[in-house]
Amino acid sequence: MPTALETLAEALAVDGRPARIEHGLLIVEVAPDAVAMTAARLAAELAFDLLLDVTAIDWPERPLRFDVVWHFYSTQRRLRVRLKTAVPERAAAVPSLTTLYGSAAFMERECHDMYGIGFVGNDDLRPILLYEGFVGHPLRKDYPKEREQPLVPYRTP
Amino acid sequence: MKPPPLATLPNPVRPAFAPEGEGGPVIVNIGPSHPATHGTVQIIAALDGERVVRTDVHAGYLHRGFEKECESHTWHNLIPYVDRLNYVSALINDFAYCDAVEQLMGVTITPRCRYLRTLLSEYSRLVDHLTCIAAGLMELGAMTAFLYLVMVRDYMYEHLANLTGARVTYTYGRIGGLARDLPADWLTRLADILDKYEVFVARVHGLIDRNRIFIDRMRDVGVISTADALHWGYTGPILRSTGAVLDLRRDTPYLAYAELDFEVPVGIKGDNYDRYYVRMREMDESVHMIRQLMEMLPAGPINVDDHRCTFPDKQLVYTEIESLINHFKLVMDGPAVPAGEIYVAHESPNGELGFYLVSTGGGVPYKVHVRAPSFVHMGGVHKMLEGYQLADIVPTFGSVNMIGGECDR
Repeated sequence: MPTALETLAEALAVDGRPARIEHGLLIVEVAPDAVAMTAARLAAELAFDLLLDVTAIDWPERPLRFDVVWHFYSTQRRLRVRLKTAVPERAAAVPSLTTLYGSAAFMERECHDMYGIGFVGNDDLRPILLYEGFVGHPLRKDYPKEREQPLVPYRTP
Repeated sequence: MKPPPLATLPNPVRPAFAPEGEGGPVIVNIGPSHPATHGTVQIIAALDGERVVRTDVHAGYLHRGFEKECESHTWHNLIPYVDRLNYVSALINDFAYCDAVEQLMGVTITPRCRYLRTLLSEYSRLVDHLTCIAAGLMELGAMTAFLYLVMVRDYMYEHLANLTGARVTYTYGRIGGLARDLPADWLTRLADILDKYEVFVARVHGLIDRNRIFIDRMRDVGVISTADALHWGYTGPILRSTGAVLDLRRDTPYLAYAELDFEVPVGIKGDNYDRYYVRMREMDESVHMIRQLMEMLPAGPINVDDHRCTFPDKQLVYTEIESLINHFKLVMDGPAVPAGEIYVAHESPNGELGFYLVSTGGGVPYKVHVRAPSFVHMGGVHKMLEGYQLADIVPTFGSVNMIGGECDR
């Protein structure tokens, strides 16, 4: 008798790559162009009604530098899914999920702030945690932590 | 000598809409530092008379680079940092973070630690809800109710200071256990405070629940439906106030919640009044759970016996070389967390608090991401503000209980 997560894993085994279960959560890795389709299936067919989180991981030494990570939760089935895709630095863009989940809007803005990932279809990628005119993306591994970008210039003593 | 005049500063935010001129909506700016809102949040509102037509909510005024800073400290050193996310219920952050690291390491905490963490999580939830309700009531002018609730909260702060040594940011969780065991008579005083809580909360119920002014300000204001709440990522009391029976403590039990008897209170239509009442009822459930846990609390050690994360006794550090080296390695290199990634969510007083950790195998995390309920809630709060009066922004925003530290990280 397969568990609910295993049944779900079979349903989500897209483009040849099997979904795997780790720490009680289903991990689905897809190509960037399959993100929109997979998310739409999660939202519509598989009753994943909460988009919990959008973030990214920076691996500077990899050709596909960024992993973009989404976490979904189904309130009916009480299951969690992590959707992952890898994008290169030069084309760091994935489709926006704002049409499926309103909560994506703010979280995508944060991810855009912090990693410079573009979310195609989100028209409002203004800075949210950073300020207008901030240079760089602080959570990228090559961002110098010591760099100061004061909005108010320091006064000389 | 006169200092040179300061240059005009650039505006840190670009509003989503501009004034339309004569006859169009009036644009007002509220915050980021406003006496009637707790938390540094900026709301740019377009008004038609007194009615809010459109709002543009900005967070980030308290951004401290938490996630960046985490990448250059050992797993243990982050515990004071996670305290400062939701600083009203810091213990729940501690335990959620420690739980995530422990699961990644494959560490199982001791039974006493598990029950104690559950008890303290519920105690923290009480403090958080008391603060939220008290502040919300004060903003509507209910000073007596505010003082009643904050007085009880202060008993709890003092009581937690007795246990942890701090009133607000406790740094009490440890990977694999807790900082120290309960002091003598701590549970006796706890029972005493819970009795006091009941007296004062009964008075607040009497003062507020059927108060005409309160009902007029709260009923049918800031209404959100279950479908909208889910769409905008709401979790916790706000989602439950819409009538959805969803609570991680019941749906995906962690710590000792599976063994407890408790109800999940829900509202009827998701307005400000429901959010007030859901929180009031949740506090009663927390008290009920704490009383059960006081009975269930087993004796035994509070820290796991695992040299990868638990510090050896000071006595041993000073007398034997193995413990000295173990202590040194834990301080200098940090606990050895195997490579992998994990997402662990706890039901915080505001909703789902998730920690997404990525480790490449070492004492320092590769990435720490916090799924903060307040931040997600700020992304959907415009749904509760638009269409109501300007003056309704204050109670609605109060009932969302945005916590700046957690929202902006």
